[in-house]
Order: sequence, then C-alpha cells, then structure tokens
Amino acid sequence: MSADQRVHAKYALPRGLHAAVQTGFLVVVTLIVLVPVAAIFVGTFQDGNVVIRKGLSLDIDLGSLSLDNYVMLFTDSGMYFRWFANSIVLTVVQVAGTLLVSSFVAYGFAMYDFKGKNAMFIAVLLLMTVPFEIMMLPLFVMVNDVGLADSYSVIVLPFLAASVTIFYFRQYFLGIPKDLLEAGRMDGATEFGIFFKLVVPITKPAFAAMAILNAMVIWNNFLWPLLVLRSSEKFTLPIGLNTLLTPYASNYELLIVGSFVSLLPVLVLFLLFQRYFVAGMTAGALKG
Amino acid sequence: MYSQRLAPYLFIAPFVITLLAFWMLPLARTFQMSTQEVLFGEATFIGVDNYQRLWNDRIFWKALFNSTRYMVLTIAILIPIPLVLAAVLNSKIGSPRVKAVFKSSMFVPALTSIVVAGIIFRLMFTESDSGLINQVLGFFGAGPVRWLREDTGGLVALLMLALWRYAGINMLYFLAGMQAIPTEYYEAASIDGASRVQQFFHITIPNLKPTLVYVTAISIYGGLAMFLESFMLYGGNNSPNNQGLTVVGYLYRRGIEENDLGFAAAVGVVLLVLIMAINLTFLALTGTFKKEAAR
Repeated sequence: MSADQRVHAKYALPRGLHAAVQTGFLVVVTLIVLVPVAAIFVGTFQDGNVVIRKGLSLDIDLGSLSLDNYVMLFTDSGMYFRWFANSIVLTVVQVAGTLLVSSFVAYGFAMYDFKGKNAMFIAVLLLMTVPFEIMMLPLFVMVNDVGLADSYSVIVLPFLAASVTIFYFRQYFLGIPKDLLEAGRMDGATEFGIFFKLVVPITKPAFAAMAILNAMVIWNNFLWPLLVLRSSEKFTLPIGLNTLLTPYASNYELLIVGSFVSLLPVLVLFLLFQRYFVAGMTAGALKG
Repeated sequence: MYSQRLAPYLFIAPFVITLLAFWMLPLARTFQMSTQEVLFGEATFIGVDNYQRLWNDRIFWKALFNSTRYMVLTIAILIPIPLVLAAVLNSKIGSPRVKAVFKSSMFVPALTSIVVAGIIFRLMFTESDSGLINQVLGFFGAGPVRWLREDTGGLVALLMLALWRYAGINMLYFLAGMQAIPTEYYEAASIDGASRVQQFFHITIPNLKPTLVYVTAISIYGGLAMFLESFMLYGGNNSPNNQGLTVVGYLYRRGIEENDLGFAAAVGVVLLVLIMAINLTFLALTGTFKKEAAR
C-alpha cells in the first residue's frame, strides 16, 4: 500500500468517487471561468446598441443574430486594424529591446564584482516596489518640454532596463559556472563576445519566459500611452478600444466585436506556446 | 577597450541611465512640484499648501479608502481561493487530462487585456434585468441589482473582475511552489497518520512561505496602485459618489483632467510613501531582507 493510498484509506470517500467529485468541481469552475468570453462572443453577433443598453448575456435569439459586426470590422475604413498593427509592432519592438538591455545589465550584476555594485542592485530591488504612476506626471511634463509628446520612443525608452526582468535574468545567470567565462577568455573572446556567443545561447529558456512576461505587460500597457499618444493613428489597441467606450461614441458594434477579435491572436499564441506562458507568467516567484 | 575592469560598468550603464533619467529626475520633480502651484507652466513655491489641501480633501480620503479596501479584499479572496485550486490540481487523484484543460482555461482571463475584461464585466453587470448577472440572480428569484450604480454592487463587480482576471495566475504561482515541495515530506507525514487537511496546513503552507510572501507583496502594490480595472468598469474616471475612484485615478483626475499638477504630485508622494512603508514593513516582518542579504 503506497503512502497515498494509506491516506485515502482514512477517508470516507472511495478513491473513484473522490476523483469523480474532483472532476465535477473542475469542470464547473472551468465553465464559469469561460462564461465572460462566451458572453462577449455571443455579443459579437448582436446589435451593438442593444448590447450596450441591455448588457451581455448568453441568450441566443437565432432570429436576430447576424455577421454584420464582423463585416463592418473588416470593411470599415476605421482605425481598428491600424491600432492592432501599432500594438503588435510596439509590443515586438519593446519586448526585443527590453530583453536585450535588461539581460545585458543583469549579466553585469551577476558576473562581475565592481565598486558600487551593491548600491546599484539595491536600486534595482527598490524600483520593483515604486509604482510608475508616481513618476508619470513629471515625466509627462518633461517629455512635453523636450517636444517628444506623441512618440513611441517615449513609451519604450523608460522601460528598456526593467527592474523585474533584470532581477530574473540575474538569478538565472548566477547559475552559470564561472569556468565557462574563463574558458571563453582563454580562447580570446571579449567580454561582450562571451555574453552574446556563450551565455545567451545557453539561457534561451530565460529569454523565452521573459519575452512572454514582458509581452503580456506591454500588450496591456494603458495609462502611460494614454497620456503620451495624441493622434488617433498612433493609438494602440487598448487606447483605441477605450475611445470606443466613451458615452459620446457611436461605434458600439466595433467595441464589442473589436474587443473579442483582439483576444484571438493572444489565445492562438498561448495554444502554441503554452509551456513558455506558464514559465513566463510565474517567473517572478520561482526563486523566492 | 574590453577590459574586465571596465566591462561591468558598460554592462550596467543602461540601468544607471534609466535610473537617473526616468526615475530619479521625475521623482525629484514630483517632490518639487508637490510644493508648488503650477499654473500654465508657471510654478510658484507654496510650501506644504498642497499637502494641507490634501489632508482636508474628502475626495482624496474617499479614494484612499477605496484603494485600501480593494487591496485588503483582493488579498482576502485572491490568496485562499487560488490556494485551494492549486491544492486540488496538485493532488494525485483525478484525471490529468481534466486538470490540463482546467489549467489552460484558468489562463484565459490572464490573457484577456484588462481593457477588454473591463468592457465585458461592465456589460455583464448592467442594471437591466437582461444582463447576464441579473439573469442569474433572477433565476434564483433575486434582483435585479443596480450593480454599478451603488457602492456595494460596484465593489462586488470590481472584486469579481479581479477574481476572474488574477485567480489563475496566483493559482499557477502556488502550484509551482507546491510542486517544489519534496514528496517525501508528505509520505513521512502520512506514515505518522496526518490527514490531508493536516498535511495542507503543516507541510504545504509553511513550505509555500516564499510564494505567499511574493504574492502578498505584489497584491499590496497592485491593490493600492489599481486604476485601470475601475476605469474600464465605470467607463471612465467618474462614478456615482466617486465609489470607483482610486488614488491613481484621483492623481490622474487632478493632474491631467483638472491640470492641477502640484496637487497631483502631492497625491503621488503620499501614494509612494504609503506603498513603500507597507511593503517594506511587510518584507521586514517576513524576514525577506535577511534572506536576500545572506545570499
């Protein structure tokens, strides 16, 4: 009798029944969790103005369902796909930049001893607990002063050396044997050559995890782009969708169907790379 | 010049620049602005006037109350519920396939941007009796509730949104922590006759402490700095009696919507001090600093 079975012997429920109860519980929770997504999916086939007035529900009135919203989304000359493309480009560029810069910095912290290292690392730790919202207004004033409002560079630059990402990469790099670096130096590689040619290739899982984590944060980025971006052709998807929600908007069809369609690429990526998503989104706490 | 002595400084240079340009400088400006009246770009030194106005400002206290209430309540639901779900997933009983489907489904809310999640919940919690939530209540003979029009209803909708959006992530954190606990601990305990519930409280919880500390710390931060969930749920920064207004929402209202940058800076300083004080106290109490220093 294994330990697990022995524990089970103490229970009134037989093993099979216990498993059935558990399965039933998990199925019910799964269905509840998926209800909001199902509700907006149903909503995409209904008249947007009615949905705004009466709310989303799972009622399906076959007579009133139509594909009009989808037709409108794909034929409308509006900005939706422009915003979509902006979001994708911005996310890809910012993730690539953040991974490059933050891993670079983390490598400096992990592999070298130098004067001021501890003070600088404490700064990394402190920044992890300072909300950006506090810096937001003065930074916005400064950005306006130097004439950089309404530009993507202002959205990207402050976050390239991202403290959480630096912290994670440092933990990961600390596990690399120093002998490897010495071997590289013996072969005449430069310090940067060692980083790019020896270290980066063997730490790909860390890059994959941080790519996912950062992509999720950046794809959702809202308040700072809302402040910085002025012209609607530069809006990202969250900012654009928000403009459709205002009481003065008249594009409620686009709001519902656009919200739903915006979920699809993320869901597809998740289904393809599920393993990396799990690793990336729980990266913060693994080495507590 | 790729010497080993110079290299580390080049490696960390991007962080130093970021720290100075995008954190220290704006932070200094925040403190400075909080002592000024800023009108049309003209700044006048007014000492602690902004802080005095803040102290006497009922709306600020309301926002602070809302943010604190949200933080406390999200910690109260977003730790126990995901903990139980993770324990169920981690048990050896049950079909692995059902568990895999469940785990993937719990991820879907986290993949939904807060903007879209807010739009969906706003439209599920409508006051009309044909909205989804009121339909469910109607099925049980209750309601309809005027959700977002009243304080408790709005709070429930907000907490449901938070629960939906973040339960899966916290569950994965706890599950990762549980899977790192050696199975020998459980085997030894069950030989000693410990029940599953006893094992959960005497083995699982103590061994999960680092994860619990981490999740609590990000919940404190995330709760007090919450803005977007409320902003989307109420379709903007205005809500009946400011029931959905948070500290960051008020900072945004005063700074951007009302162009009172000095006052908004004071709100920011108070928020900063509050989050740092609570988080540092929490981390000191749980001994996290000692561990980091002993590395």
